[in-house]
Amino acid sequence: MEKKNRAVLTGTHFMSGDLACAEGAIAAGCRFFGGYPITPATEIAERMARRMPEIGGVYIQMEDEIGSIAAIIGASYAGKKAMTATSGPGFSLMQENIGLAVMTEAPLVIVDIMRGGPSTGQPTMPGQQDMMQAKWGSHGDYEIIALAPSSVQEMFDLTIECFNLAETYRVPVMLLADEIIGHMWERVKIPPPEEIVLVSRKKPKVPPNEYHPFKPDGNLVPPMACFGEGYRFHATGLTHDEKGAPKTVSIEEQTKLVKRLCDKIRKNAGKIIKVEEVMLEDAEVAVIAYGITSRAALSAVRKARKEGIKAGLLRLITIWPFPEELVAGIAKKVNVIIVPEMNYGQLVREVERVAKTTPVFLLSKLGEEPHRPSEIIEAMRRALK
Amino acid sequence: MTESNLMLEHPLAKYLRQERMPHIWCEGCGNGVLLCSFFEALDELKLDLDKLVVVSGIGCIGRAAGYVNVDSFHTTHGRAIAFATGVKLANPDLKVVVISGDGDLFAIGGNHFIHAARRNVDIKVICANNFNYGMTGGQYGPTTPLDSWTTTTPYGNIEHPFNLVHLAAASGAVYVARWTTLQVRRLRNSIEKALQKEGLSFIEVISPCPEIYDRYNKLGTAIDVMKRFKLVSEVRHGYDPAKAEITKDQIIVGEFIDIEKPSYGRLFREMTAKVQKKLKGGKAKCERK
Amino acid sequence: MPQKLWRKPLDTEKIKLPMAEIHIIKDFCKGCGFCIEFCPKDVLEKSDEINKRGAYLPKVVDESKCVLCGFCTAICPEFAIFTIEKKCKEGCENGEKE
Repeated sequence: MEKKNRAVLTGTHFMSGDLACAEGAIAAGCRFFGGYPITPATEIAERMARRMPEIGGVYIQMEDEIGSIAAIIGASYAGKKAMTATSGPGFSLMQENIGLAVMTEAPLVIVDIMRGGPSTGQPTMPGQQDMMQAKWGSHGDYEIIALAPSSVQEMFDLTIECFNLAETYRVPVMLLADEIIGHMWERVKIPPPEEIVLVSRKKPKVPPNEYHPFKPDGNLVPPMACFGEGYRFHATGLTHDEKGAPKTVSIEEQTKLVKRLCDKIRKNAGKIIKVEEVMLEDAEVAVIAYGITSRAALSAVRKARKEGIKAGLLRLITIWPFPEELVAGIAKKVNVIIVPEMNYGQLVREVERVAKTTPVFLLSKLGEEPHRPSEIIEAMRRALK
Repeated sequence: MTESNLMLEHPLAKYLRQERMPHIWCEGCGNGVLLCSFFEALDELKLDLDKLVVVSGIGCIGRAAGYVNVDSFHTTHGRAIAFATGVKLANPDLKVVVISGDGDLFAIGGNHFIHAARRNVDIKVICANNFNYGMTGGQYGPTTPLDSWTTTTPYGNIEHPFNLVHLAAASGAVYVARWTTLQVRRLRNSIEKALQKEGLSFIEVISPCPEIYDRYNKLGTAIDVMKRFKLVSEVRHGYDPAKAEITKDQIIVGEFIDIEKPSYGRLFREMTAKVQKKLKGGKAKCERK
Repeated sequence: MPQKLWRKPLDTEKIKLPMAEIHIIKDFCKGCGFCIEFCPKDVLEKSDEINKRGAYLPKVVDESKCVLCGFCTAICPEFAIFTIEKKCKEGCENGEKE
């Protein structure tokens, strides 16, 4: 019981987003952190360095981000819930092995506290410039899950959600926060451990000699044995069959595998996607926002309503898989969509693709200052004319 | 006896994934010999195969993980050691062996190797050194001798190669040895030692590459190369690895380093025990710094 | 290369050399010739028999010369050759097979 108390810091705290994320991971059962310092995610690593020995977990600061992601894939396969935290440049370095995690279906959580890019950019300034990289960063066809928190409390809650999704779908799950959410301090309520719902990976029900490591169950996800349990399986980044044997020539195996890896997310999108809808029932203008921007958007929508503008907000909690049906449905009902982003147009492209004939306006802002509600309201006024 | 029965009769059959045999390696390739020595070492030690994990990188030798009948993983190029670090630290009861090639471990994977050796992570690294990148058709690598012909050094290699045992020793490995694929018994003994030793052990295995490197550089058949190993190998145990060179006329082999040093895992667990002892009885503090 | 002894060991009569069975998994052999070349007793030689890969298989010249050193088993890259000790009948002098 001592250990459990130490893992879940039940109570009300004043924490930064980074700290809340680390505590959320610990509450979710994360017992392996492999990372590398990078502004603005360093605090997560620092917190983990301090907390992991307290709760019997492992902290290792690897020599680079590539080592970090490789180590957490190893830890995941050895049976631990594993996580890393980085920012844009480190996220770029991790892409090849994110592909490996997808291919070998390793449950992982990757936290990206986004900063100004591209390249070294503005390390201490916020940005929302990795939205597309999360989905398309690695080579090949694949699907991942990405969530965007918009408060410190959500940094705690959504990190737990990330772990649950990773374990359910055996896929790397990304938490895309920005530097403001990462560094700001807010109140966080941490519930008692018995109130936190945790999911762990499905284990095989067959004996080792009948186990096929990549044979899917009903929801397209194979049960996962771990190293040291006597299953003696082989996992490879090469295209493989259900037994894990490399099949580098077969057209059938390539088709089957790539499609299943994508379909296990696409076909389960309905269960994965989470959004928050505010005043969208009779809205004429919809604001689609995520992360820090959604806070200003919420304020803007409320103020706009007072002015008589029929505004509504769709706050995206799940970024990937993108809520296509939901956004398409909203696009049909409203006259115009505004997408405020702290980048030069990333998620707006997805909205445009899905909204089809409904006009979509990007409200782009780069640099330190997030959108002000007044700017969003002004954009609404312009769009409605 | 039928062929499949014969395979089961082979004294090392239980270490192989039978359904994937025969393996893809060329006639006379040293990879099979390396695997055989590895299996003989496992056999001697009677290791619990359920607790053994073999990790390999990309390359011809990288396919080895697929042939060994234990939990195994075939990583991306160069990342086998980082992956193995994660496995070992997550479950210290596992014995983790990295079997990979000279290019995978020391070109793209060089950084991971030196840090794993520096930290003294308790993994065993067996490097099949065939002096080139064989899988992709024979490009030069970090161990290719000067003046060698490879497809990307068509005018002769102008880069100096690594002395791998020197690099391993300098990075902090606790056990460093070099053997050729001819010295199977000594290789087996080294692998046994490495498996029982705490810390990062490194064994370099000089291997023929008959279809590619040896053919491009007119070194003869696989038998010629193995016979040459016999001629030019000189066993010098305890020799200074910095001087243990591979030249045209000499391959210095032997066990060069055999020291004791606590592994990263051990130090981490000791630190964890101290931390938890301090915390015992008290609530965890939610500290700002 | 086989060793040539210049005198007979004193305990030759007392020590029984093990008797060997040499097994070759024909379809695994890739014809590299390591076993033939490095057998210390020259027990094997290259035969004219070709397996389905087109490799020339080794063949046993004289199985009684094999001393079960196990080198062929260890040096074969294909796991295609191995030796097993022939079990002795109880109380036999000459190592007759059971």
